[in-house]
Amino acid sequence: MGPDMSYLYTRRRIVNTVSLGISVLAMLFGLFWLGWILWTLLVNGLPGLGMHVFTQTTPPPGSTGGLINAIFGSVMMVIIAVLIGTPIGILAGTYLAEFGQRGWLAPITRFINDILLSAPSIVIGLFVYEMYVVKVGHFAGWGGALALAILVIPVVIRTTENMLRLVPNGLREAAAALGAPQWKIISFVTLRAARAGIITGILLAVARISGETAPLLFTALNNQFWSSNMNQPMANLPVVIFQFAMSPYEDWHTLAWAGALLITLSVLTLNIVARVLFRQKSNSQ
Amino acid sequence: MNAEPIISAPKLIVRDLNFYYGADRALKDINLVIPEKMVTAFIGPSGCGKSTLLRTFNRMYQLYPKQRATGEILLDGQNLLDKKQDLNTLRAKIGMVFQKPTPFPMSIYDNIAFGVKLYENLSRHDMDARVEWALKKAALWNEVKDKLKQSGTGLSGGQQQRLCIARAIAVKPQVLLLDEPTSALDPISTAHIEKLIDELKKDFTIVIVTHNMQQAARVSDFTAYMYLGDLIEFGDTSTVFTNPKRKETEDYITGRFG
Repeated sequence: MGPDMSYLYTRRRIVNTVSLGISVLAMLFGLFWLGWILWTLLVNGLPGLGMHVFTQTTPPPGSTGGLINAIFGSVMMVIIAVLIGTPIGILAGTYLAEFGQRGWLAPITRFINDILLSAPSIVIGLFVYEMYVVKVGHFAGWGGALALAILVIPVVIRTTENMLRLVPNGLREAAAALGAPQWKIISFVTLRAARAGIITGILLAVARISGETAPLLFTALNNQFWSSNMNQPMANLPVVIFQFAMSPYEDWHTLAWAGALLITLSVLTLNIVARVLFRQKSNSQ
Repeated sequence: MNAEPIISAPKLIVRDLNFYYGADRALKDINLVIPEKMVTAFIGPSGCGKSTLLRTFNRMYQLYPKQRATGEILLDGQNLLDKKQDLNTLRAKIGMVFQKPTPFPMSIYDNIAFGVKLYENLSRHDMDARVEWALKKAALWNEVKDKLKQSGTGLSGGQQQRLCIARAIAVKPQVLLLDEPTSALDPISTAHIEKLIDELKKDFTIVIVTHNMQQAARVSDFTAYMYLGDLIEFGDTSTVFTNPKRKETEDYITGRFG
């Protein structure tokens, strides 16, 4: 190695160390806040998290109670939203990925979907308020589910399209070479090849809507009592947290923390499950 | 110029075939006769149009907008390029194996049954027999007979490629198109597949595209040399390799070019 080379080498090593250092610092900075948030949640939420949370309904100030009506309402609305939003999202995403090469409809759909994907959720809430709540004359669980479904659709469309695009064209050609019609190629080969990715997308959509407050504030609102009637106002975790956290009562605060911890833990679990699923898929390929 | 050797039983006849990627003309007035139950190899440097030519035989290019072909390709006298020709029935008659193995994300059994189910309604028992027949033909049966329910993507590269061959012949096509079928495989798997090609030509008309001239010399009965979209020379393999008529062919084969 000549003197020039060794100078170059030293320089390169220093640049490498410095950039690596900066990257690690940036990562630590991000992780620090995340860790702090989790820590605060655990410290404040864990003491309030007992069996009563899962067995009793939301209490009036000063008496004991739990969150079961809010948990039930949230789960109901999320499930219905996913049941409505997933088929639409998968079908639209399939259209964009498999048929979207020609024509003008696909680029426009993709553009509108991108807007929908980044639309503030409060706007979606107001939209459903105008289109549904005002028409029926009262807040209702269906409205909440509808607003959440509108949030699910763009996420599922986007991931479905992206995952289908990752499927190598060779697989489509191989199926076509056997004489398979396009609908069979799509339903038996490409969608199956992209299955893990699409399921991941659905789980991420669930994670996204689980914590949404704004769309529910205008649609399902809240309900202090147990109610499984989707035509009535329905309790749900985000709005209960919002209401209880803003109140002056200490026991409501404790319940709000417990609820916040619950949502965070479930979203965290969903994310981890999604990642594990996706990683298993990539390993087997 | 297209030299035409005397072929007693033509399976595919290509007449004045031109192919376009958008405005680019990738094949120029190709005339060619593919003999029945023989192996025909297409050789030539990258970009010469040999894969493009192969892909016109089952109209694979139709998956992509902006690609089109003009001219005629006759399979037993029927023009494949005719718009009225049903594409899926055509593809059922002409099987294809690709450069990279493409097992479907399903079990080994279902990989084979997938194509068969498209055109035949077999009983469970007949389907089992067909799957076994195809896997035996592709010399894969002994390696997978105990794990037919396992995923096809779990096999090794060479096994996956033989699975793809089995899948292609399970539908009992008349012509088998092989697009560089061994370029992604190790020498042992390659030897397996070359032996297989020799075996398969008893039942199928085989057209193979290859980058490997030794392979063309080993497996084919007829060879077509292509360059920049032109068919330079076509003849029986021993003549093309030992006594080529054209200077360009000789240069390519002797390694002076390409």
